[in-house]
Amino acid sequence: MTDRTNGKPETGAFFPRDRQWHAPALTPGYKTSVLRSPQKALLSLDGTISEITGPVFGHSVIGELDNDLIHNFARAGESAIGERIIVHGRVLDERGRAVPGALLEFWQANAGGRYRHKKESYLAPLDPNFGGCGRTITDDEGFYAFRTIKPGPYPWPNGVNDWRPAHIHFSVFGHGFAQRLITQMYFEGDPMIWKCPIVNTIPDRQAIEQLIAPLDWANTIPFDARAYKFDIVLRGRRSTLFENRLEGN
Amino acid sequence: MVQQLNYLKETPSQTAGPYVHIGLTPNFCGIGGVYQADLGSHMVNEQTKGQRITITGRVIDGAGAPLRDALVEIWQADAAGLYNSPTEIRGSADANFSGWGRCATGAEDGVFTFETVKPGVVPYSSDRQMAPHISFWIVARGINVGLQTRMYFPDEAEANAVDPLLARIEHRHRVATLVATGAAPNYIFDIHLQGEKETVFLDI
Ligand SMILES: [Fe+3]
Repeated sequence: MTDRTNGKPETGAFFPRDRQWHAPALTPGYKTSVLRSPQKALLSLDGTISEITGPVFGHSVIGELDNDLIHNFARAGESAIGERIIVHGRVLDERGRAVPGALLEFWQANAGGRYRHKKESYLAPLDPNFGGCGRTITDDEGFYAFRTIKPGPYPWPNGVNDWRPAHIHFSVFGHGFAQRLITQMYFEGDPMIWKCPIVNTIPDRQAIEQLIAPLDWANTIPFDARAYKFDIVLRGRRSTLFENRLEGN
Repeated sequence: MVQQLNYLKETPSQTAGPYVHIGLTPNFCGIGGVYQADLGSHMVNEQTKGQRITITGRVIDGAGAPLRDALVEIWQADAAGLYNSPTEIRGSADANFSGWGRCATGAEDGVFTFETVKPGVVPYSSDRQMAPHISFWIVARGINVGLQTRMYFPDEAEANAVDPLLARIEHRHRVATLVATGAAPNYIFDIHLQGEKETVFLDI
């Protein structure tokens, strides 16, 4: 469950977040950020025990259909409408090590680009057999997979004619609270990615490309579902070799 | 040429968007029957050791309006100062206390609420301790990278005065942005995203 060296949990602080790689807080092209972005400098501090620890989730919290969005909201014998896909990949840290036992939660619009939510007003119809949420836990080598339908793009109120490219939202728990991450996965070949103000909050093109899942033909299941591969990298942590911060290290 | 370090880059964060509740608190937003309960909705049970407390608060934007579409998570030590985590190597935390909570801000009033216990002190280094505190993580539409901060307790003035993190805050009037108001057992912690009262957010 936990990453271990010589059988001991690793307790080093996480590598500092590369704030140039991530979007800045204030990104006026994404209008909502204007009033919701902190304006003062962040207080930087090497991680303490409050950040290097984090909750873990046992497989007992996961239900049988949690990783199958085609069926987890559908009536018995029915399934969600849309292009059937498998999304799979690995959760690693910045050192390239697997992150086993990571909880992944995902949510998305239906095949027509409509979310099942009170505040959603897009005229595309709801699919009675699609809820839009799922979750899974990575295995001992950090691998995960789930089945869903490809979400549709949708318009949103920002500019006069802004659309979100097809995407799946991901929430990830690694081994420390400071690794907590929410992001979005896009699909290879979608020309709308580069028009999206939310995508373009990220200044570095290579960083954006890290969010684009390639079509994984080798893992496509004939007559069933195409596969997309999406690897996720969480903050790495220093080795504990020369740490002297906490007793017992 | 030198050898390559070969570190990977962290996956960039993206906003949680307006529909974060579909994924993280589906029962709260009316998607029933998929998960039995929303994760993180109960932190304590009848056996949990320690002083029961309630934390309520709001996440307030630069125009003074509370966010009604935010999601807040907290992480804290148990009453004895131990984290319920495999990375906690000093001992075993209270098995009846998860230490982690998740709450959507109210769709009408923007208020979040956590029923928990007061955390104990935890070590900063082998010879310094941190005042009792709770780690917060805030995501919402319009927030590109989840915001980290901490809540300290107003009735721990002595411990707060020597807390290593609070001590690093250069503009001393801003220390108050990390200290809850109210009194045991009902604390209030409003988080200000901008303005005069902007909360100290952490890069930690
Ligand atoms: Fe979305």
